Amino acid sequence: MIDPRGPRFGAWITTFVLAAVLLTGSALLLAAQAVVFALGTRGRNPYVLLWKRFLKRGGPAELEPEAPARFAQLVGLVFATVGTVGFLAGATAVGTVATALALAAAFLNAAFGVCLGCELYLLVKRFTHRTPHEGAPA
Amino acid sequence: MVLVVSTLLGVLHRRREGKVRQVDERDRRQVLALLGEAPGERATLLQFSSAFCAPCRATRRVLGDIAAQTEGVRHVEVDAESHLELVRELGILKTPTTLVLDGRGHEALRAVGQPTTAAVLQALPS
Repeated sequence: MIDPRGPRFGAWITTFVLAAVLLTGSALLLAAQAVVFALGTRGRNPYVLLWKRFLKRGGPAELEPEAPARFAQLVGLVFATVGTVGFLAGATAVGTVATALALAAAFLNAAFGVCLGCELYLLVKRFTHRTPHEGAPA
Repeated sequence: MVLVVSTLLGVLHRRREGKVRQVDERDRRQVLALLGEAPGERATLLQFSSAFCAPCRATRRVLGDIAAQTEGVRHVEVDAESHLELVRELGILKTPTTLVLDGRGHEALRAVGQPTTAAVLQALPS
């Protein structure tokens, strides 16, 4: 169980970093953010660790399970990796679109507390796991 | 630009989240039978959840409390991932999604997202 304020704070920093990537087109900065996401998938997001160390005040109103936050970090990692490769390979459009999607997700999480795992996980499962003998939708 | 679009999406999302909405009435007795569940005498709150979903937990608490305090109301929680065919058939896109079934096992209302206790109580068939 985790304090949900940590990931929310992390999402704000991520929003600023990704906005800076969009403005500068810097593959290096996006690569750095990808590393942050990779650490986040293991519950070691540096932004969240910073928050815990220096900014945390009092207890949370409510604890949340950790799996949703880690799933969101994994989604971020995928977009940041695709974007970094895009920028490095000279496919600026790919880099820009991937970064923009990651930015939108981070901002929605930070400002509105939108839960990516809730919105995306089931959809992904629905489309990736087709069963052979499946009836027509009722 | 991205932030403006995201803000609009976020506002839209917030307005829809957890609202109990009217749907075309459908007999869902077969769904309950498939899950091996008996319908509640007055209502069944059929909640679809997934592992990567924090509001699912909060919703479980809301619906569980209602079921515990209201006679004839059952709360049934289903792992959406392990019932994907059912999820497709019912047109469920995200978790948590809660189907409000009446005593006959018919669905007339559903809530997408985390509903409030008041909204669910109001939606319960009398």
